[in-house]
Formats: sequence, structure tokens, C-alpha cells
Amino acid sequence: MATEVKVAWGPRKDNKFIGKDVPRLDGAEKATGAAKYSADVNPKGCLYAKLLTFKGGHGKVKSLDLSAALKVPGVKAVHAFVKVGDEVSWDGAMIAAVAAERQEQAEDGVRAIVFAFDAMEHFVDEDDLAGATKLHDLRTSELQKTFPDDIQKLLAKKKDDLTDDEKKKLDPFQKQLDGVSRIKPLGDNTQGDIAAALKSAAVVHKGYYGIATISHMCLEPHGSCCEMDGGNKLTANLSTQNVSGTAGQFAAPLGLDAADVTVLCNYIGGGFGSKFAAGDWGVAAAKMAKETGRPVRLMLDRATELKIAGTRPSGFADITIAADKDGKIVAWDSHHWGSSGEMKGGTIALNQFPYVFDFENRNRKATGLMTNSGPNQAWRAPPHPQLCALTDTAIDDIAAKLGKSAVDVFLANIDRTPEKLQRTYVAEIKRAAELIGWAKKWHPHGKGKDGPVKHGLGMAIHKWGGGAGKGTCRLKVHPDGTVESFSGTQDLGTGTRTAIAMVIAETLGLQLSDIKVRIGSSAYPASGGSGGSTTIGGVAGPNRRAACEVLGKVFDLVAEKHKVDAATLAAKDSKIWSNGKEVCSWKQACSLVGNMALEVQGEGPKNDGLTTVDVGGCQMADVAVDTETGIVRINQFVAIQDCGLVVDHMTAKSQVYGSMIMGIAYALSEEQILDNKTGRYINADLENYKLPRIGDIGELIVEMYQPDSEYERGIVGLGEPPVISCGAAISNAVANAIGVRVPTIPLTPKRVLDALKAAKA
Amino acid sequence: MRDLRDETIPQNGSGVNRRDFLRGSGAAVAVTALATSEQGAVAQDAKKSVRTAEPQDITLNVNGKDHKVKVENRVTLLDTLRDDLNLTGCKDVCDTTNCGACTVLIDGKVTYACTRLAVECVGKKVVTVESLAANDPVVAGFVKHDALQCGFCTPGFVMATKAFCDKNPGATLDQVRKGLGGNICRCGTYVGITACAMELVKKGGK
Repeated sequence: MATEVKVAWGPRKDNKFIGKDVPRLDGAEKATGAAKYSADVNPKGCLYAKLLTFKGGHGKVKSLDLSAALKVPGVKAVHAFVKVGDEVSWDGAMIAAVAAERQEQAEDGVRAIVFAFDAMEHFVDEDDLAGATKLHDLRTSELQKTFPDDIQKLLAKKKDDLTDDEKKKLDPFQKQLDGVSRIKPLGDNTQGDIAAALKSAAVVHKGYYGIATISHMCLEPHGSCCEMDGGNKLTANLSTQNVSGTAGQFAAPLGLDAADVTVLCNYIGGGFGSKFAAGDWGVAAAKMAKETGRPVRLMLDRATELKIAGTRPSGFADITIAADKDGKIVAWDSHHWGSSGEMKGGTIALNQFPYVFDFENRNRKATGLMTNSGPNQAWRAPPHPQLCALTDTAIDDIAAKLGKSAVDVFLANIDRTPEKLQRTYVAEIKRAAELIGWAKKWHPHGKGKDGPVKHGLGMAIHKWGGGAGKGTCRLKVHPDGTVESFSGTQDLGTGTRTAIAMVIAETLGLQLSDIKVRIGSSAYPASGGSGGSTTIGGVAGPNRRAACEVLGKVFDLVAEKHKVDAATLAAKDSKIWSNGKEVCSWKQACSLVGNMALEVQGEGPKNDGLTTVDVGGCQMADVAVDTETGIVRINQFVAIQDCGLVVDHMTAKSQVYGSMIMGIAYALSEEQILDNKTGRYINADLENYKLPRIGDIGELIVEMYQPDSEYERGIVGLGEPPVISCGAAISNAVANAIGVRVPTIPLTPKRVLDALKAAKA
Repeated sequence: MRDLRDETIPQNGSGVNRRDFLRGSGAAVAVTALATSEQGAVAQDAKKSVRTAEPQDITLNVNGKDHKVKVENRVTLLDTLRDDLNLTGCKDVCDTTNCGACTVLIDGKVTYACTRLAVECVGKKVVTVESLAANDPVVAGFVKHDALQCGFCTPGFVMATKAFCDKNPGATLDQVRKGLGGNICRCGTYVGITACAMELVKKGGK
């Protein structure tokens, strides 16, 4: 039996790489343009595909003829996503694709397509619960009138009183009703005694809050470059955060064996939760590649990327919140609604409301709106940013009503947060307050200095799971001492490659340059998709375990050759040591393995302390609001974030900075704007879909919460939690500045001015 | 990245799109005309003169080397660099001159490659991100300050930073923020980019 090397992370002070600032290993490749993304894969003979998409809110396909496109010079293949008679239910839905020798020829081909549709009724106002209800009642009652009398009687009966036969009879009619429906009750539940709590409360506040839908807006759009090899093997260069999980999605529709599909993604230009699937666009590219025998690249155009490749659902809420004189919240009563697009009638999950806090007396209710808008996808920490934006704003308002500082009220209610996070929250809130100068700068809501530009402070707290994802890796130690790690994971920009190399180099006592990290291919050992902040834990565990196992084997060889006790051996500074005495170099040790590389498999997650779950996090914003223009500027924005053991301190901080900037985007400027007159997404381009630029972010201050207790609990995911609090913290700072709640996020100049005007009226 | 059909300008029940328009009018004329005339009138004139242009052989000087390519007048420099020369460092992100992901230098001037037709660049010197080595001070600065995440906006930002810092040694923080405002990052790497640019302008830009 091989010598066992302890898998648990070593003492923090002994680390050479773990927890240090290590620049990402693929930085230069990316910065010089050498890194090839799916959108850059350009094999010989590649055809370029373009899409015809639906320009409307809702319609039925009347005619679709692709034959004229095939006659356009250069066009080699066409693909229809719909057929005559199909309903298309949102702006941007794909109608057809054309592949040609050149991009401009594919565009000519798209223009040659004959396509017409009959317009159908649409509804896209996601915040308009009353409008949706009215439309729902009108359409369902109109439809019901056309049903036979016996059906109408059955519909009037209570659902529980229906027999199975009656239910069966009703079913097709119910489906018709669902087809014209616009709202979907998603349940409600209560704990405690709301009425009594409201009666005894010192203050009660009723408010309306909202957070608009946003698009993922990956800079590299969704898509792939697909190439067939000999008619039955497919290589799909897919822009995906799920390298190991997408081959089957190509195989089935193409009639291939999954084993004959290889998905490659060495670099991905943004995913944020939206790139887990091959997508209909991916399958279309593969089908056209199969048909033509040529590689086909199909990347979504910018507008289509915004419209159909992923959105974060909206949320709007009527909230009643009550507190005692000390700021303890005694009652919460909320009804929230919103849309997840696709006519599905989803919104933010009912049971996570209110967010982080669980109040003793609490009532909650949710209603989904069915809107003609594109599909939602998981967006960084789903749906926590919305939950936080609707909860922590209401808590801030009750604090304001009491004339208390938000910090005091959040601290007064910490006992209603998850028990294991309470100490972390208290420490993080205190540290954030110190860094932003809360005690010195804070004033009651709207009671700052005179003048048109008002300053304010706001805060919010969040939580996330972040357990390690499922994954395997293969580790090879070559006879020349180089080490290779293979896994079908991906690097979304979080620094996966760098983290893997750091873990192996730390374990084997080597330099980062000794480690060759191979990721981004489905041919490598399967590793989970990058979602839920599971990747760093998901790859660090298996690589640490594999490196420990392989080190044990190397120790055995060294022990035998040099006649030392294997249990006394250690690897450090590219050498093998016995009780502090140098035995041989790592290269000499590896030469003992013979001609063939040593190879081991690593697995995870395991319950061995390398990784764990659950983080908190606190953010505080200091803003300036121009009450004449409605423009909000960030002065300072502080984030304190725990995440257990930090692998790469530099890329970890980058994740937090990035989250805060994405947070500033959705708090102040970006949103999907749907026009209810036309049913269309009217700002689906980078001119009108407003993202912050380098001068729009103020001063960001990031501190990783890193007492030894955090190191000792192992790795927890980080990519998502710091994006959660931003909306609420910034909205609360604006409310503190101007003394008025701007109800809906993003806080655009118009919304700020409208709120000020409404308060005056 | 064009969303087809949305580019159509309705005019008396018919329309002409940007690409057909550029194809019909000839590049140089098109650019001046767009800048100086009423959109509708230009579109009408263009519609009258739309004709299919044959691809033509041109020579582009990119990164100090001459490259022969065969392209139609309407093809952008961006598409030519990416599809014909396989210089994929400049990225196709917005095609509406908003994001800067396709930033290159043309005769030393920082330019979005999506705003230039390939035929316009004949006789000019085009420099792309591929001309920079890993030890270039801007590239090394981006790596050192972790001024990148997914990396898709990075080559454009590197070119913009290089052009800005070379021309503005000693620039202030405010000037850096304004000077690099022509590029967009979605991952949120602005803090690292700012730190990198500030270090470069302090060193005199090189």
C-alpha cells in the first residue's frame, strides 16, 4: 500500500501559493488575443451562419419559404426553427438560419427568406399586476362563454369536488384557458399572528418595491463552431459553462452517439449562468455542418443575444413591515409578482421570502405574470439579488421610519438570520461600517446637507451556499517531473486554471510553471458545470486528493531507492526532504517512475474538510444624488466577503470587484425594456442597454473576511454572493440621501426624478 | 453581430439597409454622405444606385505585413481581420460602435474596426493586438493587476489603454477614466484596468 499523504489543507502560514495573490496563468494569452474563444474558431472552409428572428410580441407563422435564400450566391445551407402554423411567443424568437461562405452572403440569404406572420395578442408589462389580472379575467371569461354549458358548470365547481371523469372532461378546456391566461397564483403561507403583531408594533410601514428584468449580455454571444468528421463524429466548439454536460444535447437531435460528440471550450466570453445548454442555435449549427460537410459557425447577433439567450426574472412587491421601538421587526406581510418570461408565469421563489431574515410573524404570497418575453436563465446567484432588493429595502424603510440607522436595525435583527452566519454578519457589518465611515457620515433619511446634490449611505446583507461541485480529474506525473492535470471543467474568468495549478503546486512543492492544466474538453474526466459558485471547490478537491495520492507513490519510490522511511518524506521547493534533510530533487524522484507516467484519478466532493458550504457577506454604499438631474453617482462602495479558504486572493478579489460593478449596473442603469404597444424588446443593443463604463463606478473597497476560522473551514464558492447585496445597498443609500424611496431598481435618472416629484405632490 | 432587418430604414413603403447602401455607394462617398446628409434622402439616392459589387483584390498592411484579400466593398475591417486573416484578437461584440471590443490602431489612431470598411484601409497601417508580445508593458500590466476575467473585452481594452497611455503620459485618474470610456467590460474588470493605466501613465506611457 502506498504511503498516505494527509489530504487536509496544511497550516496557513506554510502556504507558498494558497491564499496569496497569484496573477492568472492565462492572462497574457487573453490580453494578446492569442486565446481562441468559440467565436474565434475559424477552421478551413468554415461557413458563417446568420439568423432571421421574430420581430414582434406574439404571432402565428403564416408563411415561411427558405428556397430563395438557397439561391443567394455563397449560401450553402438553411435551417428552419419553426413551421407554418407555429406560434412564436416573444420578440427575437428564432425563425431560420442561413449558412454561407461569407458573413455578408449569409446576411443576403436571410434577407431573401420569405416570412410572414399573423399578429396575436401580447402582454409584456411585467410590473402591471392589475393590468394582467384584468386581461386575464377578460380573456378567460370571453373564452369560457364559448364552452358548452356542462363545461361551464364544471368550471364553476370547486376543484376538490370534481370526480376523475369530470377532471378528464375538463382537461382540454382548461388547457385552452391556460393558453389565454396572464396570471398564475404561486401560493402563499403564513407563520405566527400577523394581525396581532401589527397591532402591537411601534411602527408600521407599507411600501411598493421592484426590480426589473435584465439580460445576461455576455460579450461573447451564445453559439458554436461545429465540425463533422467523417459523417458520424462531431466536434462542437461551444461557448459553454458546462463542458462536460452538453455533448448529449447535440447527439440526440443529430442521431449521433454521445460518445462521438466532443465539446470544446478553452475560453468563454462570459456566461453568468446562461450558458449551460447547447441551445437550438447550437443544434442548428451542427445540423448544417452535417448537411454540408463543412464547419459551421453560428454565434447569436447582439440583439438576439439580449432577447433570447438569457434574462433574470423581475420582481415587484407590496410589503407591510412592522417593528417595535427598538427596531426589532415583529411582522412581515408581502405579496410579490413578476415574470420569468416564456409565458411560463414564474417569478421569484415564494419560500425564500423575506430574504436572509425569517420573522416570527410572517405572511407571503406570490403571483407569476405570463408575459411574451424571452426565456430566463440562471443569473448569478438566482434569485438572491431580487430577494435582497425587495427585502433589505423594506427593512431600511422601517429603520428610517424609526429614525434609526440601518446598521442598528440590521444588527437588532441578526438573531432572525441563519444561526451559523450570525457571528460572521456581525463582524462583517462592523468592518464595513468602519471602512465606509458610517458613524461619521450617517444622517437620518433626507436630513443631509442643503444643496441640490445629496449624499447618503445604505447597506444590505446576503447569503449563499457555494458547496463544491461534482468533479473528477486525472493527474499525470511524467518521468521528467512535469505534472499534467486533466478535467472537463471550464474557466469562466474566475481563474479555474490558475486555482488548479496553485493547488497542485502547493501539494507537490513545485513551481506553477511545472503544472500543465488541461481543461475545456468533454474528452477529459467529467467535471460539473460552473453554476452556483461550485467550481473552485469542485476542482480544488479532486486535484488536491489526486496530488496527495500521487505524492505518496513518489515517496514510496524515493524511500526504496534512497533507503529512507517514506513516512518521513516531504515535498518542498522542487525537492524531496526527509526530516528536513534533502534526499533528491523532484526531477530525480520522478525519473524513478520508469517510462510511463504515473497516473491517478481524483474525485469530489468528499466530506474530508477540503470544502464546505454557506457564506454571508455585507455591502455598504456611499452615493451622491443630483436632485436636479436624477443622476446617482457612487462615491464609495464597500464589500466584506467571507468564502472559507481563499485559494487565489487576487482572483478572489477580482470576483468581488466584478460583482460590485455588475451590481452597480443593475442598480443604476441596465434593464430589459419591453414596449407593450409592439411587444418588442426596444433597447436590445449596447447603445441603449446601459452598462457602466470605467468612470461610472466610484471607489470600490473590497476586503475578504479572513480570520483563521475561515481558512480552517475549507473552500466555499465565491463567484455569486457579492453580486447579491448591490441593488439593495445602493437603493438604500439613495433613499438615505434624498429621503424618498425610489421604488424600482434600476434607479435611472427618470425614476429618481419621478420619486422626488411624487413625494412633493 | 448585426440583427438583420432591424437595420432597414422604411421609406415610402420600401427600404434600404446599411450594407446594401454601402455596397451601392462606394465606401468613401458613403461615409461622407452619412455624415452630411439627411438619412432619408441618402437612403433614397442609395436605393437608386444599389448594384452588386464584385469582390475586389486589395492589399492590407496589418502589423507591418502586407496581406492580399478579396472582399466586397461592404465588408468591414473587423470581419476581414477576423474571417480572412484569422486575427481574432479584435472581437465582434456590438457592431454599433459602442463597446470597443474591436479596437485597433489605424495609422496610429485608435479606431473601432467595426466602423471601417476593409477597402478604406488600403494604404494605411493597421495594428492589431496580435502585434503585442506577452512582455509588452500594457499586456504585462493587465496580467499584474488582474485587469481581466473572461477576457473577451480585454484585447480591445489593451489596445485602447496602449493608445491612451502612449499619448497621455502623466495623465490624472479623471483623464484615465474619461480616456478609457470608449470600451465596455461585462465581468467588471475596471478596477484592475484603472490601476494598470495609472501605473503606465506614471511611467511615461511606455
